[in-house]
Amino acid sequence: MAAIEHDSEPLTLGRLWSDKRYRAVITQILVVAGMFMLLAFLATNAVQNLEALGKTFGFDFLWAPAGYDINQTLIPYDSRETHFRAGVVGLLNTGLVAITGCIFATILGFILGVLRLSSNWLINRIVYCYIEFTRNVPVLVQILLWHGVIVSTLPGVRQALSPTEGVFLSNRGFYVPKPVFEDGFMLVIIAFLAAIAGMVVFSRWAKKHQEATGQIYPVFSIGVAAIIGLPLIAFFVAGMPLAFEMPELKGFNFQGGVVVRPEFAALWFALSIYTAAFIAENVRSGIQSVSHGQTEAAFALGIKPNWTMRLIIVPQALRVIVPPLTSQYLNLTKNSSLAIAIGYMDIVATFGGITLNQTGKEMEVMIIVLTIYLTISLLISAFMNWYNRRIALVER
Amino acid sequence: MSTFKVLLAAGALTAVGATGAAAGTLDDIRAKGFVQCGVSTGVPGFSYTDDAGNWQGFDPAVCQGVAAAVFGDSSKVKYTPTTGKTRFTALASGEIDMLARNTTWTFSRDVDLGFTFIGVNYYDGQGFMIPKALGVGSATELDGASVCIQTGTTTELNLADYFRTNNMSYEPVPIETNEEARTNYLAGRCDVYTTDASGLAASRAAFDNPGDHIVLPEIISKEPLGPLVRQGDEQWGDVVRWTLNAMINAEEYGVTSANVDEMAGGASNNPEVARLLGAEGDLGGMLGLEKNWAYNVIKQVGNYGEVFETHIGSNTPIGLERGINALYTDGGLIYAPPMR
Repeated sequence: MAAIEHDSEPLTLGRLWSDKRYRAVITQILVVAGMFMLLAFLATNAVQNLEALGKTFGFDFLWAPAGYDINQTLIPYDSRETHFRAGVVGLLNTGLVAITGCIFATILGFILGVLRLSSNWLINRIVYCYIEFTRNVPVLVQILLWHGVIVSTLPGVRQALSPTEGVFLSNRGFYVPKPVFEDGFMLVIIAFLAAIAGMVVFSRWAKKHQEATGQIYPVFSIGVAAIIGLPLIAFFVAGMPLAFEMPELKGFNFQGGVVVRPEFAALWFALSIYTAAFIAENVRSGIQSVSHGQTEAAFALGIKPNWTMRLIIVPQALRVIVPPLTSQYLNLTKNSSLAIAIGYMDIVATFGGITLNQTGKEMEVMIIVLTIYLTISLLISAFMNWYNRRIALVER
Repeated sequence: MSTFKVLLAAGALTAVGATGAAAGTLDDIRAKGFVQCGVSTGVPGFSYTDDAGNWQGFDPAVCQGVAAAVFGDSSKVKYTPTTGKTRFTALASGEIDMLARNTTWTFSRDVDLGFTFIGVNYYDGQGFMIPKALGVGSATELDGASVCIQTGTTTELNLADYFRTNNMSYEPVPIETNEEARTNYLAGRCDVYTTDASGLAASRAAFDNPGDHIVLPEIISKEPLGPLVRQGDEQWGDVVRWTLNAMINAEEYGVTSANVDEMAGGASNNPEVARLLGAEGDLGGMLGLEKNWAYNVIKQVGNYGEVFETHIGSNTPIGLERGINALYTDGGLIYAPPMR
């Protein structure tokens, strides 16, 4: 009854502030209103300033010819294509360095993280020095360093080193033979896909079989044999339908083959080894978070050391490793925008750089570039959160 | 780092109030006490820092001239080094008052980007530099070459057009600054360096062995280089435009930093000189400046020819001939409207 009496008190202006419940609502309304006012102020200010400069706001420039060339293009592109396509070329270049960088950084990081815990004093210290050195030097400096190393120490294109036939190292890039798929190569791909599908079915069956009978099949070694063996057999059956296009020095440069340019190599390598140092520390902390008692208990039950690692330690460690790993992937992707320092043509260099400069559409271009980075980052986060949920401890 | 500057400038575009193109740049400059001048990050002869760390050269001289016209003191300039990419954002956002940075006058920059080119202080064209050892004598033999190119410039677009129309392929090697181009070119990352022919001559002069490199005979574009300001403030544009014109006219009338005192004292009976130096009429007042504005420019900075010879002329390591940049009276293109 007391509560009702309290509520039926007349609502005075003073009570709006003195009553805790009203005060909470009012402060929240004020904060939200303040934020909207700030945003509105910034937006109108931008519009006014653009007007004062005599600039119009619009995205029509996307469909005008870009007029500039890009050296590394994953999709066909020439200078008559649109700014939009130039942006896509840049975005794919960003994607290429981000994805290959994340893969290499993860592999290197896991190996280093495990080695960091090695009982061998020398290995342990070497890895420790590596981690402390790479993660304490700004990544931009490392990118410039590796680019400088490639461009200044490797020989020129006409004196290129050739460790084996068809492979050339020069300061214009690394040239390797390009595989050319001939008729019949489809069979190899089909065999490869069939092997993977077969192994998924087999491993599920093996797991059920183990739960029912306790019998264990060597799923991993059978899997490797099938996934490598089956396409290999198909390859020979189809009559080896694979040729190589060798890079050849013609005129100024090598023609043919696949080229890894110094800009890509330097950016990819620097970003990978920088991020790997952080991942190594995540991995170390993850493994150390699993109490040693668990290992001892597993050994006491007679479980083999590598099974202990795979079935007991790693699943628990992953829960500690994965959330910070997400941050590292995000960092690597965002750091790839430092490409501009060495002239790797990523989205910031093509669209956010040349297009911005040639069209003068600062506002529009920056909005698009920011949106793209935000989208990429949110996609990576979403994927890693999904993976994290999948490996999370299932509480019963 | 340049991305950062672009972002910063884009941010400034949104955040900074009415410093944009609103009228009154001259008043703002008087209030703050100096001219904020955008220059390049360094091209020998055209803009460089001297032993004391001050910016000097053919381009900064225009800014110094403007400072002399406004304040009567050519040292009242602060410089902002800009790259090919950051220069326009810096000018549009109000970070700098004028840009004197071998910038090509084009239709879209003048009309669409919202700038006003106030004149041409160097008539240039795009050329190619290549090591002699490669044995190339013409740009038409460049099929398949790797070409170092400064991004965010007109040369980038000319290059794409030139190779496309001549059915040749090339690998663009994008770089940000002249210094980076030099490093990449000398290391052999690219076969060819392309930029304005004056820039090539300037860069080559700074090499250890300039004789090992040649500039190919083809000039593939028109590159009229000149200072520019934001569109919309005619008074400020006029101050910069007529400072440059005064320097050119001074050369034509034979007024130099050495004889300007005598000339002002009546040594010349040319009425143009009297008007230029403020002895007759009030041209300065029409611009909102002192009567002796042009006297200060010529006394402290020199006339166009003097500036040319001091920084890039044939007696400097850059060694550029006047060529088409001679006065119209000597068969060149340099011509200023009369001071009347």
